[in-house]
Amino acid sequence: MSMKILTVDDSRTMRDMLRLALSGAGFNVVQAVDGVDGLDVLERETPDLVITDINMPKMDGFGFIEGARRIDRFRVVPILVLTTESDPDKKMRAKNAGATGWIVKPFDPVKLVDVIRRVAA
Amino acid sequence: MDPMQAIKDTFFQECEEQLGELETGLLAMENGSGDEETVNAVFRAVHSIKGGAGAFKLDKLVKFAHVFETTLDKIRTGQLAPATPVMKSMLRAADVLADLVTFSREGGTFDDARSNELIVELNAHCEQKTGEANAEEAPAEEADNNPFAALGWEPVALALEPDVNEYVIIFKPKPELYAKGNETTRLMRELSRLGALTVHCETADIPLLADLEPEQSYLSWRATLRSDQDLATVQSVFEFVDGDCHLDIEVIDFTRETPPEPEPEPAAAPVVEVVAVVEEAKPALEEVTAALEAVKATAPPPREAAKADANGANNATQNTIRVDLDRVDRLINLVGELVINQAMLTQRVLEAGAVKNASIATGLDDLEHLTREIQESVMAIRAQPVRPLFQRMSRIVREIADATGKNVRLKTEGEGAEVDRTVIERLADPLTHMIRNAVDHGLERPDQRIAAGKAAQGEVRLSAAHKSGRVVIEVADDGRGIDRQKVKAIAIKKGLIAADALLTDAEIDNLLFMPGFSTAETVSNISGRGVGMDVVKRSIQALGGRISITTKPGHGSTFSLSLPLTLAVLDGMVVKVADQTLVVPLNSILETMKPKGGEVYGLGPDSQVIGIRGGFTPLIDVGYALGFRSERADPMAGVTLLIETEGGVRSALMVDAIQDQRQVVIKSLEANYGHVEGIAAATILGDGRIALILDADAIVNASTGRNTPSEMLLAG
Amino acid sequence: MAEIETKANTGAREYITFRIGSQFYCVDIMSVREIRGWTPATQLPRAPGFVRGVINLRGVVLPIIDLADRLGFAPTEPTARHVIIVAQTGRQVVGLLVDAVSDIINMPADKVQPTPDVGSEAARAFVLGVMAIDDRMISLIALESVMPAMVGEAA
Repeated sequence: MSMKILTVDDSRTMRDMLRLALSGAGFNVVQAVDGVDGLDVLERETPDLVITDINMPKMDGFGFIEGARRIDRFRVVPILVLTTESDPDKKMRAKNAGATGWIVKPFDPVKLVDVIRRVAA
Repeated sequence: MDPMQAIKDTFFQECEEQLGELETGLLAMENGSGDEETVNAVFRAVHSIKGGAGAFKLDKLVKFAHVFETTLDKIRTGQLAPATPVMKSMLRAADVLADLVTFSREGGTFDDARSNELIVELNAHCEQKTGEANAEEAPAEEADNNPFAALGWEPVALALEPDVNEYVIIFKPKPELYAKGNETTRLMRELSRLGALTVHCETADIPLLADLEPEQSYLSWRATLRSDQDLATVQSVFEFVDGDCHLDIEVIDFTRETPPEPEPEPAAAPVVEVVAVVEEAKPALEEVTAALEAVKATAPPPREAAKADANGANNATQNTIRVDLDRVDRLINLVGELVINQAMLTQRVLEAGAVKNASIATGLDDLEHLTREIQESVMAIRAQPVRPLFQRMSRIVREIADATGKNVRLKTEGEGAEVDRTVIERLADPLTHMIRNAVDHGLERPDQRIAAGKAAQGEVRLSAAHKSGRVVIEVADDGRGIDRQKVKAIAIKKGLIAADALLTDAEIDNLLFMPGFSTAETVSNISGRGVGMDVVKRSIQALGGRISITTKPGHGSTFSLSLPLTLAVLDGMVVKVADQTLVVPLNSILETMKPKGGEVYGLGPDSQVIGIRGGFTPLIDVGYALGFRSERADPMAGVTLLIETEGGVRSALMVDAIQDQRQVVIKSLEANYGHVEGIAAATILGDGRIALILDADAIVNASTGRNTPSEMLLAG
Repeated sequence: MAEIETKANTGAREYITFRIGSQFYCVDIMSVREIRGWTPATQLPRAPGFVRGVINLRGVVLPIIDLADRLGFAPTEPTARHVIIVAQTGRQVVGLLVDAVSDIINMPADKVQPTPDVGSEAARAFVLGVMAIDDRMISLIALESVMPAMVGEAA
């Protein structure tokens, strides 16, 4: 059974691109549009890995990660954040919030799959 | 379609939405009605555009968006105050961004000078407040704990061998590492991909169970890696866990060693080694796991709190779907055909005399109701708020104000009013012209306004409202109004009216709509192109709408547009006039009557009126007015429709007979033929034939003793 | 004034020929959408005489041009035997009322001769050129000129 990945991003364009890259690599993709929606879908779908953006309305990436980590069964689920390159502070903040790793935007589909493999079984 | 192209299309659609959000947010910030969330939303809008642009390598767009975003970030974090000059730059930046999006989508030329200018401006704002330069993408400076980075270590070249280095890696994870979902196994696995790996697990630190804290980390590993990859690559395996572990990577200078190693061990071996090592640690790990389970059982569930938080947040996500416009149009056309077919069916059944059968009659009735409901529902799909259209106007006002040196504020009302999408699209140009007109000609310069006792800032008010089944849109300015003497003089000079023509004020005002009319004595670079108000009027008429202008000299002018809610259907009364079948829009009809002898009076040689309840109403012979008859008909022989048109004017229309009342599908005459005076559009009746839909207003205007300007073209 | 485009090659084109009275005309087949029989048209108020009204063409309002009238002949009295050629130039689609349609011919460009210099205004305005087939002369109609001006432009 292929891995289920949850992508959380308020940009439709980004969601479409992630879906294209991930399902092309054989992953099962479920999506959410912001942090609040993300927590909902997380509970409902129990993904094996999460990829989330940081800047989103209603609840941003940090809020989402913190919220996810507080849920028992997601305490150690791999969570990757989408970040822009010149953002070392954001990376640190994401890590402090509990992120497992990061992917740089704009992402290279091959690198994306690579990173996923690094952090998930 | 290529999936990337589809996503690119999505991106541009999304850009339009983001640009709309951006404009709304910036305007709110400018007039002080914004809050923290507004600034965040504005930031996100630009951030989103930048993100997508990067993915599609739209470099100009990325470069500009980046500077814009950085400035917004400074405002967002309180480092830069959103004072007036800053906000003005923001609005101009939004305009440039929109242009860059268009350029990225459609190609063409883009004036780099403009965006560069703005970049300098934005940078200046940033520097002012923080003293930091906000140059282009600063190269990423990774917070780097690794002591080896500074060494500038270079690989030693071995004459005969590829570069193989040995790394000794000491790795002790902190609890945080696991808390973020990272795992040693995976890290070791990544290392093993780089070369030959042996791993030893140090379990000596594991305390007795009683002292074991489940969340603590007691294991450490010592690994030896032989790899042809450089140090940076080895370090990068640990980049995610940087700070969450104790990490030591030592490079052993291989050249000092004795002869190079025989070929590296087969890849399988390192994995086996790792597994073996893990097996060693397994009993300890199992104990740890057991302890963890015990802890879990007693730990309070934090998820409830998290969930409550999530629900507390605003859950109003709209339930919408995106639909291809072509499909909607096709659906609407089909439903239109359905309506026609249903009418034809009813007609045929009527003719066949089968309507006497009660169940058939009921069935047909039901069918008609159902069809009507379907049609209304389908039309509602295409209805959209005029908001985006008004937002575009907002930008145009800014640009023209800048170009003409006027100080203008655009006020909008009723942006939520919904109108058929096609109407909105076709309103863009005419509205633009009217707004340009208002700002360029209608509004005075600030010094002139002050001299006239007005506020230096002029106002243009754009409003939309639903009124009796139509949409009324107004463009009003508080400028100088129309100089009637000047307008009349110009019209006479251009031969549009006779020198001695007697016109009412309203008629003079509407001279603006005549072809060939233009008040631009000085050709400003905005409206000097000769696109006159007559083109605007025709565009509005082509939509089935009406336009008029009212003015108060010294105080301003107002353009009023009245448009049908939908271009597709109309409730009408089907009548017979001189053997022709016509449709009169139901919403103008007040009542129908059969005039009796003594009720009709003559007034002058050509006109008639009808007495109704003590008053007298002009009576119009429709057949004669449309040229279907060369002789006037006898009012008593037919039926009279009392109608009310624009501005509450009442008239009586004379027709031969009333056939019935029904909803008809509107078909355009403009598409293949053009505008016909007195006719609004056409429709297809149950028998498949075309019937013309009357333009009541036009008929009334044409028939009043005072003629419309177009009829005042007197030869010589 | 109608003019023939000179073609560098002798590219052949196809034309539909039809009869008006005793004369033969044709139009470029690429402009023809379909052929229909005559159905009664709804009159348009104050339209030029050669515009006989509009008919319903599967939901589209189609103006009917009486070609005979347009060319200066007496207006046609249409019957069920008359034919309507549905033609398009640019975005405008109209129906041309003619007596009967003959057939489709193929003509190389160099066989289309310039319109003879006759006195008829209609000929000069509406005929692009003439061609000889068997023992007939077939005049090529300039469709753009025949179309009614899209009413609504400045008179």
